[in-house]
Amino acid sequence: MTMFSSRNWREYAHRYRLEASRFAKSGQTYYPKRLVDPDTGDNGQETVNLPMEGTIVTFTVIRVAPNQWSDIAPYALAIAELTDGTRIMAQVTDCDVDDVKIGMEVRLEFRRIQSEGHSGVISYGHKFVPKWY
Amino acid sequence: MRTVYVIGIGMTKWGEVWRSSLRDMHTEAARNAINNAGVDHIDSMYVGCMSGGLFIGQEHLASLLTDYLGMRGLPATRVESACASGGMAFRSAFIEVASGISDIVMASGVEKMTDCTGDEATQALATAADQEYEVFHGATFPGLYAMMATAHMARYGTTREMLSAVSVKNHRNGAKNPFAQYPFTVTSEQVANSVMIADPLRILDCSPITDGAAAVLLASEEVAKNLGKPIIKIIGMGVGTDTIALAQRDDLTTIKSTTLATQKALAMANKSIRDIQFAEVHDCFSIAEIMVAESIGKFAPGAAGPAILAGETALEGTFPMNPSGGLKSKGHPVGATGVAQVVEVYKQLTGQAENGRQIPGSPKIGMTQNMGGSGGSSVVHIMEVVS
Repeated sequence: MTMFSSRNWREYAHRYRLEASRFAKSGQTYYPKRLVDPDTGDNGQETVNLPMEGTIVTFTVIRVAPNQWSDIAPYALAIAELTDGTRIMAQVTDCDVDDVKIGMEVRLEFRRIQSEGHSGVISYGHKFVPKWY
Repeated sequence: MRTVYVIGIGMTKWGEVWRSSLRDMHTEAARNAINNAGVDHIDSMYVGCMSGGLFIGQEHLASLLTDYLGMRGLPATRVESACASGGMAFRSAFIEVASGISDIVMASGVEKMTDCTGDEATQALATAADQEYEVFHGATFPGLYAMMATAHMARYGTTREMLSAVSVKNHRNGAKNPFAQYPFTVTSEQVANSVMIADPLRILDCSPITDGAAAVLLASEEVAKNLGKPIIKIIGMGVGTDTIALAQRDDLTTIKSTTLATQKALAMANKSIRDIQFAEVHDCFSIAEIMVAESIGKFAPGAAGPAILAGETALEGTFPMNPSGGLKSKGHPVGATGVAQVVEVYKQLTGQAENGRQIPGSPKIGMTQNMGGSGGSSVVHIMEVVS
């Protein structure tokens, strides 16, 4: 789906700098940033950057992919728990899809995520790579 | 609050229906429901539809569909909660009758999914997931349920055979449903050898893309009792929500919104899950039926897979699930699915299920569970037959 540049621009803080909300009352961190703490309903918060390392808690290998990823399919997609306990979803790259496992240690790297057709915006963000790579 | 009854049902034959438009399918199902109820008017209408806008470029459906139903001027609105749109439309109709505002209200559901390319349909469906933090990274719906399946298999030892057993059982039921999109049986081997979509889910673990409509009429006690036929009383209703982004869930192996919705519906009905004799559930993927069977509290976490494999949820089992064939065999025109679940519960409770699909022993209490996205919303209804 084509996204207008303003919609991409709004997400830069999350996609590029992994900015998250740490809420004062609950101490919980939520990514992406949000206005209200889901645990307490309070809005007192500070902006933090997510840690760059974590462990895969579940994954899949997408074999039938949407158009914009058909050139890289099959690709692995995973949810990892980062070292601060926050969970995020991203693709796993720089390894064979068959090597992806629950418990695998990964780190986040800045990568090209997708492009929107011939004249559309190229979107960047983070992917997981094996920690030992 | 007034007691509310289901007094009539209707649906179309589901499938890849090239000859019928969204408005024609809806009109057919709605007229079938009105004729089935035997009433001469309705007071208002709620249409469940996930995305007329993305699938066929048509919004503003409620007015369009009342017009084509020959009911210009009727109060009508559309209800949307992704794949739970139909169940939520039913809930809205229930509330309108229960409140005393109206006496006869239609809840309908419709989706036209094959007028666009497969890729467009996939993208439309993916709008039920988090666009910025799931779909942006390449998530598809099979992919999200596949991640839940991976977690469930790792935690509880759920196997390929258990996943396959869901599809085999639902196709066995659906093969007897004249309205089903895929009325044929499949074997465990066929499921296990079908093409991989998102590991570990294969094509025969996935519900299809479908055109179809369904409609039911809800009415007050006075209207229902004057019809002089078995009537179905809605005794429980519940809705639950959760994060639509999978990564933000505490537990990936259960569907919290379904648990919340079920607990509310059971409390309202003053029943326990042991009182429910069968259920129509949201098997958009094989793993979904396993997780739902556990999330409603019928089976302990990790116990549903072995139970389904052992036949406990078959038509003749202790707790039949998806006697209609479920989303897997009957089809999944997303907005219509929740309404069609009510159609099947109505048929089972009134002994009208076709072709030997009737659950033995004349069940008295049945349940529907309809959910949106990867479990971001769930709606549960409990119904009881009264003579």
